Amino acid sequence: MKIGVDVGGTNTDAVVLGSDCVLGWKKTPTTPDVYSGIVTAIRAAKEIAGTTPDQISCVMIGTTQFTNAVVERRSLQPVGIVRLALPAASAIAPLTDWPPDLVKSIGIHVHQVRGGYEYDGREVAPLDETAVAEAARSMKRAGVESAAVTSVFAPINGAMENRAAEIILNECPGIAVSLSGELGQFGLLPRENSTIINASLVALARRVVEGFRRALFELGLDVPLYISQNDGTLMQAGAAERYPVLTFASGPTNSMRGAVHLARIDNAMVSDIGGTTTDIGMLRNGFPSQSTHFVDIGGVKTNFRMPAVLAVGLGGGSIVRDRGERVGPDSVGFELNRRALCFGGDTLTATDIAVAGGWADVGDANLVSHVSRSTIASARASMRAILDSNVDKMKTDPRDLPFIVVGGGSILVDWEVRAMSGVVQPQYSSVANAVGAAIAQVSGECERVIVLAGNNREKALDEARDEAMRNAVEAGAVEDSVEIVDVELVPISYLPGNPTRLRVKAVGDLPI
Amino acid sequence: MDFHIEDVDDLCVGASFLGAGGGGDPYIGGLMVKKVLKKGHRIEIVDPDTLDDGGLIIPTAMMGAPTVLLEKLPSGDEPIRALRAVEAQLGRKADATMPTEVGGINSTIPLYVGARLGIPVIDADGQGRAFPELQMETFAINGVRGTPLGLSDEKGDVATILTEDNHRMEWLARGLTIRMGGTAYFANYPMTGKQVKSTAIKHTLTLARRIGCIIRRSAQDKRNPFEELEAFLPTTSYSVARRIFEGKVVDVDRKTDRGFTLGEVVIREDKKMGEKCCVIFQNENLIARHGEETLALVPDIITIMDAETALPITNETLRYGQRVVVMAVGVPDIMRTESALLQFGPSAFGIEEQFSPLR
Repeated sequence: MKIGVDVGGTNTDAVVLGSDCVLGWKKTPTTPDVYSGIVTAIRAAKEIAGTTPDQISCVMIGTTQFTNAVVERRSLQPVGIVRLALPAASAIAPLTDWPPDLVKSIGIHVHQVRGGYEYDGREVAPLDETAVAEAARSMKRAGVESAAVTSVFAPINGAMENRAAEIILNECPGIAVSLSGELGQFGLLPRENSTIINASLVALARRVVEGFRRALFELGLDVPLYISQNDGTLMQAGAAERYPVLTFASGPTNSMRGAVHLARIDNAMVSDIGGTTTDIGMLRNGFPSQSTHFVDIGGVKTNFRMPAVLAVGLGGGSIVRDRGERVGPDSVGFELNRRALCFGGDTLTATDIAVAGGWADVGDANLVSHVSRSTIASARASMRAILDSNVDKMKTDPRDLPFIVVGGGSILVDWEVRAMSGVVQPQYSSVANAVGAAIAQVSGECERVIVLAGNNREKALDEARDEAMRNAVEAGAVEDSVEIVDVELVPISYLPGNPTRLRVKAVGDLPI
Repeated sequence: MDFHIEDVDDLCVGASFLGAGGGGDPYIGGLMVKKVLKKGHRIEIVDPDTLDDGGLIIPTAMMGAPTVLLEKLPSGDEPIRALRAVEAQLGRKADATMPTEVGGINSTIPLYVGARLGIPVIDADGQGRAFPELQMETFAINGVRGTPLGLSDEKGDVATILTEDNHRMEWLARGLTIRMGGTAYFANYPMTGKQVKSTAIKHTLTLARRIGCIIRRSAQDKRNPFEELEAFLPTTSYSVARRIFEGKVVDVDRKTDRGFTLGEVVIREDKKMGEKCCVIFQNENLIARHGEETLALVPDIITIMDAETALPITNETLRYGQRVVVMAVGVPDIMRTESALLQFGPSAFGIEEQFSPLR
């Protein structure tokens, strides 16, 4: 059995997952020390499931703590920034376009040195080892304990970044070094930004992961610990200590993946309806569709691919106006239990419509008996129109897809409509997030530029597939279970010789 | 007229619009321009009609792969060295620089050069949009010689190309660009103020900035950006702008050949059994068809835009499921002459169809 945990800003959820179903679950408030909340949640979920520690094979934790630290500029450490690119790239220095308050948190310790690769693997310049050592000594003098190293075309060849790390560690034993090549994807500035943000989180990551380990120790769970990544796969806890930035946006990914798992569907549209907003996304082969744009975190452009999620102003607390013609986008929010009519308040909300219409059973139905039939019908139509049009916006698949509804606000969708249009509301949907963490697989990637000539295309693809699969096994996947889930070939335009960017991703199961 | 830091984002959006799906994302160029402006440099934009006939103008630009540019950023000295190489050949200093191509990233490079060197930037260009090759310029069509061409990379390597034939200039420069690592910066078509007046497409930097401004303001004021553009463009030398199709991207097919990204995108009306529109591109969009009917054809501009934000979508970021509006823009008369069509009309891209201007 596996345990999945979601540490959110408000709640900490834990589920015990058997080979195929949820055996026990618990939702508790997140505690300031984080770890005691995890202990409480896991302990309660285990008790409900009636499991003993020796039946548990591993624990998976999804957390928003690192994203929140960047957004709130909290617990960030100074970073020594080393860019291996000269004579290229000096027109735009590291930290360009960053919000000043974030720059203040991490300091300006910038070193641009000679190095980097061309798209075809040649060197822009040989690595200037003396300059790297000088940069390291200057970091030491400034008391900087974390470094971010970025070289041009590191996703093609990471050798120079690795060598620079060796030199830095030699000068400053014990320093944490983040390498951009580990964070994938072409685009120097966004990749460098992600590397710098990562480096600023390393000390926090060590504390947080240590807390997770302590929680497991206290529960007597001597099992592997995995942390959720933004792409819906897992990394080992040790990797999360070095690359905490990879946990960004794992929340929405986990909740969408948990939802499809619970509904036992691989391709679907998912709506997570909350109190104020509804998050809508699409699942393809069990993974969320990714946004194609640069993702902005705390005001910085990064290279992360995040699930494409559309937030619309419809939730349980949405205020109903004009006899049902308008629903939302404003909401009574967390005051729903005080302000909604069915709870004795004075505001007509979307929840009141569901109660008055008879398809939801919360609060006191007598308090909404005066709401007219026509208002109910018209508000119901408005809500449906909001959902339909926005679900359609996010739908990038021509086939008809089932529509999964999760979250506390899912009572807004009435059963008659659900049955007609293939709406599915799975059991345990309120802890979909923790389920998403528990079911996750591990992944491996390979990205390179190939020059297509003659019929080397298949050979290049095979090599990239092999490398991605090897990387997945290295990350802990059972060899037999590894499969290729994504192959992307994008031609590099305006260059003769057909150079093409190739990216392959493999995923595999963890041993049970 | 001064170009201010507030204008940079508008220019980048407008340049993407005029890029007709290609031309490279102006993001990096925009950051470079912002940086020099923040440092206190000044960018003076000059109306070509006010130019001194005897002045020397040397255009500057970048060539190669936008994907490489995003990874191997420039040092900033490359286009300046290229311009110096042309000056050295001519034995004379440039009085101003200007874009060769207003569509895409190349709208920004001359602004950066102008700021660094303290010379004005002429409000005009030689393509009026984006085209993939160096000979596809109204300058060339109207008899301006393309060389001496200066070409430089971040390592400080400089090449000077001298040839009578603009096609050979393109071919030689493209080969050197590969050796330089996939991107290079150049200066070519040195000309007099008089030549600029008679061969350039005028006021295109201002045009790009205003297009970006319209798209931004429409979003702020909740007005329809497409209607605003349709009303605005006929007041310029671009005769007409019209939405030719709206719908959802249902297929994108790409392949490379001889350094070009060839492909087609199919857009379907957003209803069951909706009509389809097919846009064929070779880096830039060339032709939009609806069944047998041609809706728009190169050199007229075909731009695919996000249906909600009206932001232009480059062909590299087109993907299945996007809701889009296809807009076509009729280019100025100077780009539709017989000799212009020979250089960058349908036949220059292997399309057998006769050009018929967008109405």
